Amino acid sequence: MPLLQVKNMTHFFSGLRAVHNYNLVIEPGEIHGLIGPNGAGKTTIFNLITGVYTPTEGEIYLEGESIVGMQPHEIASRGLGRTFQNMKLWRHMTVLEHVMMAHYSKLTYGLVGAFFGTAKRYREEAEIEKHSMELLDLLGVAQFADQNVLNLPYGVQRKVEMARALAVQPKILFLDEPTVGMTPEELVGMMEVFRTIHREFGPAIFLIEHRMKVVMELCEQIQTLNFGEVIAEGTPEEIQRNPKVIEAYLGKEEVE
Amino acid sequence: MTFTFFFQNVVNALQWGSFYALIALGYAMVYSILMLFNFAHGDIFMVGSYIGFGVATGLLYLVTSGFIPLPHWLVLVLTIVISMFLTSFVGVIVERIGYRPLRNAPRASAAITGLMIGIILETGNLALLGARRLNFPSLIMSRTYEIGGVFVTNKKILVVLVSIGLMLALDQFVRKTKWGMAMRAMSYDFVVVPLMGVSIDVIAPLTFAIGSGLAAAGGVLYGIAYPILDPYMGILIGWKAFVAAILGGRGSIMGAALAGFLLGFIEIFVAMIFPSTLRDLIAFSIVLAILTFRPYGFFGKPYSAKLRL
Repeated sequence: MPLLQVKNMTHFFSGLRAVHNYNLVIEPGEIHGLIGPNGAGKTTIFNLITGVYTPTEGEIYLEGESIVGMQPHEIASRGLGRTFQNMKLWRHMTVLEHVMMAHYSKLTYGLVGAFFGTAKRYREEAEIEKHSMELLDLLGVAQFADQNVLNLPYGVQRKVEMARALAVQPKILFLDEPTVGMTPEELVGMMEVFRTIHREFGPAIFLIEHRMKVVMELCEQIQTLNFGEVIAEGTPEEIQRNPKVIEAYLGKEEVE
Repeated sequence: MTFTFFFQNVVNALQWGSFYALIALGYAMVYSILMLFNFAHGDIFMVGSYIGFGVATGLLYLVTSGFIPLPHWLVLVLTIVISMFLTSFVGVIVERIGYRPLRNAPRASAAITGLMIGIILETGNLALLGARRLNFPSLIMSRTYEIGGVFVTNKKILVVLVSIGLMLALDQFVRKTKWGMAMRAMSYDFVVVPLMGVSIDVIAPLTFAIGSGLAAAGGVLYGIAYPILDPYMGILIGWKAFVAAILGGRGSIMGAALAGFLLGFIEIFVAMIFPSTLRDLIAFSIVLAILTFRPYGFFGKPYSAKLRL
């Protein structure tokens, strides 16, 4: 049984067809790439699968269970983690607080514990702090734990976001342009982070990416999207050779 | 102006500042999460005061009739705690009925919802209890202490200490607990936080509950200090606390508390120098001038757009 399966998904935004007849199969542990020019509908596909939008047509199965129409948090709690193009970090909260907050659903103490500080609360918080620090350590940002995310370099912020997404122990991780705006050095560091995550936790990864280096080196399967439709699908080598992909990115030769 | 006269006014300013701060916290907390001001909040303060009246009357009846022998201080503590608890449910109901159905409505609709709920609470109170004013039962014997020529009543000390204690507790709650962390995170976005298993349908009522509880504490303390209750008592003090919340910086919780105290000081010291009929005129002109130079308030952030998809 595939981990994630999308069948014939189509979505309209009030008459505008944003995604057409989209299909996807991701097996456990697989790294899958989604590329395409700006406005092709990549983030829309993410939003449709993660429950931000409900597709006009089509079926989505996570571990065989249909998740169409579920709320984003219900889908997330079934093991789908996500990072965002613009990160959406919580300004003025510390790095450690970000990762601890991601453990929210594991904290079971109630309001009584919150107001009166029961032993259970302190025990749970200590456990989660420990786990959060381990995660930050793994991504190499533990030394920033007590710092406000606002003050940190961009590459570090990206890793904090990654740690936050990993804290919910996802079976599949959706990464929306995780290397956008990075310097070449940061890019290499980030790819190392992807490999570490994949080695340590083994989630499947579904990646939107513009940097071909990242896609070609990491992904086993790649889909190319243009105007909401998959125009090419295959291994990195197949995609690189596909004339439709080159056309979608660079335009036809006559036009140039 | 003598030294003792000055400190006499500091004491008064601290007391009024406590009322403003306790109410302003509720405005700021709700704003930080829902990006709207709950204009019914001043009336929730009023409801809290009336609930305090009921609780205090009931407890005193139980004590005087000999059912439950409680010491006086315990009656006081119980009145504050039970009133906070009960009024927090009023806040939850206001959120559930008034705001949740309008969560995706235009902001203006949600804003006037607050005004309407306020009017409903005021007139509902009138319908229920009639137009007469009520006397808040006296829970503590008034005592006046003289410290270096400054006269301080035990009621003023009580008001200031309870308020500051509640604010420190709130600060701990917001900074340390999972609920507080969720509130802070939710004040930045509605997109990622739910993915962590945090529901806005839990955090929003909780925020209303805590804000209303604090307003109730303010209401009971107000009743102790100024024991005349009427259904419209929440309006002016509510507006002033709202001004304090803006002055502190929209959505900044501790900023609202500090600005509440600042407003208390401005008012009292204006009244110290000018005739008291000019108090609000001059005090709020000063506030206006402050906002001209600091349009985001003291602790506000110069951006307000919340991350949504």
